[in-house]
Amino acid sequence: MSSSDAGALSIPGPAGAARVSDRGSAGAPPAAAGARASRRRQLGARVIALGYLALLLLAPVAMIFYRTFEHGISPVINAATTPSATHAFWLSLEIVAIAVPLNTAFGIGMALLLERGRFWGKSILGVMIDLPFAISPVVVGLSLVLVYGKTGWLGDWLAEQGISVIFSVPGMVIATAVVSLPFVVRETMPVLRELGVDAEQAAETLGASPWQTFWRITLPGIRWGVVYGVVLTTARALGEFGAVSIVSGRIEEQTQTLPLFVQDRFENFDSTGAYTAAVVLALLALATLLAMNLLTRLTRRKTEA
Amino acid sequence: MLGKGLLGIYLTVLVLLPIAALLAKSSTGGLNAFWREISNPEAVAAIKLTLIASVIVVVINAVFGTIIAWVLVRDEFPGKSVVNALIDLPFALPTIVAGVVLLALYGKDSPLGIDVAFTRAAVGLALLFVTLPFVVRSVQPVLLELDLAMEEAAASLGASPATVLRRIVLPTLAPAIISGVALSFARAVGEFGSLVLITGNLPFKTEAGSVYIFGQIQNENLAAAAAVSVVLLFAALLVLALLTFFLRRRSRHVL
Amino acid sequence: MAIEVDHVSKRFGDFVALENVSITVGDGALTALLGPSGSGKSTLLRIIAGLERPDSGEVVIGGEDVTQAPARTRGVGFVFQHYAPFKHMTVHDNVAFGLSVRKRPKDEIRGRVEELLGLVRLDGLAGRYPSQLSGGQLQRMALARALAVQPQVLLLDEPFGALDAQVRAELREWLRRLHEEIHVTTIFVTHDQEEAMEVAEQIVVMNRGRIEQAGAPRELYESPSNEFVMSFIGPVNRLGDAFVRPHDIQILAESDGTGTEALIERVVHLGFEVRVELKLHDGRELWAQVTREVANELELREGQILSVRLPAPRVFAS
Repeated sequence: MSSSDAGALSIPGPAGAARVSDRGSAGAPPAAAGARASRRRQLGARVIALGYLALLLLAPVAMIFYRTFEHGISPVINAATTPSATHAFWLSLEIVAIAVPLNTAFGIGMALLLERGRFWGKSILGVMIDLPFAISPVVVGLSLVLVYGKTGWLGDWLAEQGISVIFSVPGMVIATAVVSLPFVVRETMPVLRELGVDAEQAAETLGASPWQTFWRITLPGIRWGVVYGVVLTTARALGEFGAVSIVSGRIEEQTQTLPLFVQDRFENFDSTGAYTAAVVLALLALATLLAMNLLTRLTRRKTEA
Repeated sequence: MLGKGLLGIYLTVLVLLPIAALLAKSSTGGLNAFWREISNPEAVAAIKLTLIASVIVVVINAVFGTIIAWVLVRDEFPGKSVVNALIDLPFALPTIVAGVVLLALYGKDSPLGIDVAFTRAAVGLALLFVTLPFVVRSVQPVLLELDLAMEEAAASLGASPATVLRRIVLPTLAPAIISGVALSFARAVGEFGSLVLITGNLPFKTEAGSVYIFGQIQNENLAAAAAVSVVLLFAALLVLALLTFFLRRRSRHVL
Repeated sequence: MAIEVDHVSKRFGDFVALENVSITVGDGALTALLGPSGSGKSTLLRIIAGLERPDSGEVVIGGEDVTQAPARTRGVGFVFQHYAPFKHMTVHDNVAFGLSVRKRPKDEIRGRVEELLGLVRLDGLAGRYPSQLSGGQLQRMALARALAVQPQVLLLDEPFGALDAQVRAELREWLRRLHEEIHVTTIFVTHDQEEAMEVAEQIVVMNRGRIEQAGAPRELYESPSNEFVMSFIGPVNRLGDAFVRPHDIQILAESDGTGTEALIERVVHLGFEVRVELKLHDGRELWAQVTREVANELELREGQILSVRLPAPRVFAS
């Protein structure tokens, strides 16, 4: 059974789609009599495309860098070092540090199951995994409140155990993990398929235990796919707003992550504070793009070698 | 075995249980209660705004996304690879930052003199920003694979460039454009973070479905929030299911 | 170590891969599993290795029933059709893998790997990665890797299938000599009858999940037990229910009354061998294989009518 049917309702999302990079143009257009007309059309398309991108994407992003550093660097440093800003920054990192490894372990395991397993209901499982891409973050937050909140399904039980989930860090970790759940699974599955089972079986005949085979053959074979998935997961986890906003309670210096901090500062007319935090997040996003690009180049060179 | 159990628990805690709770909550009062919640005028306005804005946005995405993909594949200009890499920025940028970014250029202090803050145009602008990569990234690989010889053959048979585009190129790209559109739609319907700051969340005017849900949660009206959530969720899933159905039928057709 | 496969059956869904198959391979023997694709030969090999479980039947290696034992405890060396190199490891680490998962001391591993790379003539390539090796080199690396753990049994799945003709011929010869040197019980799968005849001491001919015949190459060639074996091993002419080998047809210089009259339709020179296409007086068509000398001597040409002597044709009960 091919595993591509595992995602009957697969939602490629940014993960699968983002792999395309500039493989260059597919060759010059035919040198015909209409070459000049075709050149004109090409220029027209270029102006439209770049103009659209400039107005929608590049100019706004450039603008916030300008706005942030408009009055020099010291107000930015001041805004970045307030206790609530640093607390928000470290809280964001803490949540990422818990949610991303959990999703990575889950993602690798689930990819193995979906790619190598043969069982009934596999395609339904594939849809379940993709569901977080189709659900609004607000709805994710609401659903978590309905299970883990005070009046939720497990509310009383959790209260008895003295565990607080909603309005505290565990809930924020869960919300973050949900919205970034599919990335590692979806990035790992295709590389796992490409890797095949021969090398693993060879290791088995050489006496390796399943655990040894996993660590020494499977994992090194899929590592770049996993890393790519981890990069996407991390970016999503750092930036998550809606779901975390609902389950966190947004208490300054307690449950305020960096994105929540941005909103808080903005709504309190502290534009320097908001811009500073936004620029920090934007820089992390650009670093993500850079990492994605390098990884794509790296793996492409490897497969072409 | 242990591994499978852990995977199952994780998926249950994160996805299955919460979705079940959502469905249960939206149906506790029966169909009547559900209908009452979603026919509340403010809810209707919010759902309508979300659906209409999403449709407009995906149409614009289909056109500009295809042109951008075309330029990135067929054109050559300095800095192309940087532009290509930046297409994914809306995926990498936190949504709340997207809102801040758009306000910096199109807010009340706009250096361009364009102020869309707290208008319906702002809803469209934010949705266009966050869904930009979908069509571009689904059309691009197809365009890369598209055989230039096919277009040349058509041209050699006397087809004008417009005819080649209409009869050869667009039909080949159609499935990719449609899947990009469907993914954009699902994303636009659920979008929240980028709308919060720029739209002002004015009921009956700029309050989108997701923002309405958020407001109901803050008011502890979880039944209303759950009902509208289910409507938005099904709108997104319906479009994605139609996409899957369409792509399957088409692939059978081609084979 | 001797291998016994006893009444093994295996299905994949509706497809019957093996049906009640039994074979015995003696200690130290070199055996070929020969058959067309889909005949079940690879499945049988994988069942012996423990990479597949039979639906029923037993596998006994060295007197021990290993039917339920996992591959890693069976002490078999397996060489995969596409070599299954560990792409992220150097040649040295590939060969060392089996020893390193057994946690042998580093010095011992290094010595053993060096020795094996010498045996497979890959000395000096220890630091390379699989992507930097040719097909033949990969094949030998895979063999060294399998031999490193001193397996009781060596199993090779289409070992020369993916190589070009010249490398194939070299490796066949080399495999036979290697076997003579280390004398490990070896089974290899092939669809090429020439390869099986040249390398193996014993051939098991398989078809549609069943064993058609097992025996020494010469035995199979000279006394095939059925139509399938006859036509799979060596060329044949089919005359109704009867079979005749082309090289058993004698072309006579002069009609002495004992032969049958035939018309030469075509003469094809294939180097040393000449293929003569004939039409008998009763309209039946067949071809004869003669040497170049014979063809020259008889001045064979198209359109010629002459006399041929057919051997006693073989008829198999259907």
